[in-house]
Amino acid sequence: MNPRSLRTLLPLALGIAVLMLWEGLVRAYEVPRFVLPAPSAIWDALIADLPSLMGSLWVTFRITLIAFALAVVTGVALAILFSQSRTVEMMLYPYAVVLQVTPVVAIAPLIVIWVGFERINLALLILAWIVAFFPILSNTTLGLRSADHNLVDLFRLHGASRLQILKRLRLPSALPHLLNGMKTSGGLALIGTVVAEYGAGSGTATGLAWRIIEAGNRLQIARMFAALLLLALLGIAIFFALALLEYWVLRQWHESAVTQEK
Amino acid sequence: MTIIASLRGLERGFANGVKALGPIDLDIREGEFLSLLGPSGCGKSTALRVIAGLLAPSSGTLTFPNGRPRIGYVFQDPTLMPWATARENVRLPPELEGLKRAESDTIADAALARVGLSDFAGAFPRALSGGMRMRVSIARALAGRPRLLLMDEPFAALDEINRDALNEDLLKLWRQDGLTIVFVTHSVYESAFLSTRIVTLTQRQGRIASELALASPDDRTSEWRMTPQFADTARQVSRALRASVTVAA
Repeated sequence: MNPRSLRTLLPLALGIAVLMLWEGLVRAYEVPRFVLPAPSAIWDALIADLPSLMGSLWVTFRITLIAFALAVVTGVALAILFSQSRTVEMMLYPYAVVLQVTPVVAIAPLIVIWVGFERINLALLILAWIVAFFPILSNTTLGLRSADHNLVDLFRLHGASRLQILKRLRLPSALPHLLNGMKTSGGLALIGTVVAEYGAGSGTATGLAWRIIEAGNRLQIARMFAALLLLALLGIAIFFALALLEYWVLRQWHESAVTQEK
Repeated sequence: MTIIASLRGLERGFANGVKALGPIDLDIREGEFLSLLGPSGCGKSTALRVIAGLLAPSSGTLTFPNGRPRIGYVFQDPTLMPWATARENVRLPPELEGLKRAESDTIADAALARVGLSDFAGAFPRALSGGMRMRVSIARALAGRPRLLLMDEPFAALDEINRDALNEDLLKLWRQDGLTIVFVTHSVYESAFLSTRIVTLTQRQGRIASELALASPDDRTSEWRMTPQFADTARQVSRALRASVTVAA
């Protein structure tokens, strides 16, 4: 068997074995459902609640996606500003760090109060953006700065303007760093959304996190697991989508002969 | 003989005040192949960067008696944009100059043909060997249609076979275009093979230690490397280099 299929089959086999063991133990020892439901019970809960869970998944996904997109746009824009003005960077960067290191759970209640419970999704969006923004900013800043110094000299020698150097040299140089930052940031946007929903702690939120809190309060453990499963799947999907994007964009640099400029 | 660039009392220090180069007085003559020969860290690259206008001298003057010539620059590393094909890399100078895409492509393709890489115009740098990448780098310099070509140890990282081949090709380009080349190297054999004139620099302060005019034949080929005359030249250059290093020590 080749190593590649082993890489897929081994974790799959382990997963199935654990699930079977779990199912068997829960049945054999008659563990109460409100302590640990069997995988089959979780599956039943998932199927039964699918419409409402999918609705919540969509709410969480939409906030995550918009927060992520905003993080990419604002992070890249600020990084470009930093690369053009050392003064602006020195002035703003410490605050970006402060924003990053302050736990989002701690800011959540404040943001929710300011934005208002009636616009809870906006509050969640802001909180998720705060979490997702920093990896984009720091990676892109690093990338813009890590353009080959000799190439910068060459551009200057041939009379390139600052804008030309930015567009044709610094931005492409930053692309691998940006894509890497996006992988981190995509996952963080989801975590930010979920944590913010917990932090908001209000029934007006309708995302998956709220479903988990709600089910927990009612001791519907199987439902909690079902919602958790969907969250994990969403996280995995986001990561793989971004990894695929990274692979696809960077692959062109050496494999394909297609020009990437218009 | 026409002077293309003239350095007078030229000095350049590092930010910490330590002198990196000079003071040196040097005239670069139209059409010559001038090698700056010296050990690592003697300020050879600094000299090139000052001549290219990428570094301002801390004192002294750099003048171009007949106006600033078009300058080409080749680095020690190929220094190509990895996200761009060979053609896209080579057409950079004409594009930055503001030429139309089609014109730039024509210039780039001609330059690639001259370094023997016509078939690799669409290849990305990662798909090319070290020697080929350096050829792309030279083609890019040619695409800027320079009169003065500055080369900073361009072949130092290549194996000997590639290096010899590129040396011969470079001489051909130099002769065909009537280029003026300033070539920085720490290799005695390379400078002895390529140059019409060699200037050796001292170890630390980067001053001129000695100057050697070489009377090599115009059509230097691999055959020339085998002759006793070449061995003599190399011995002469080697002696000059050793003397310039001991001067500083």
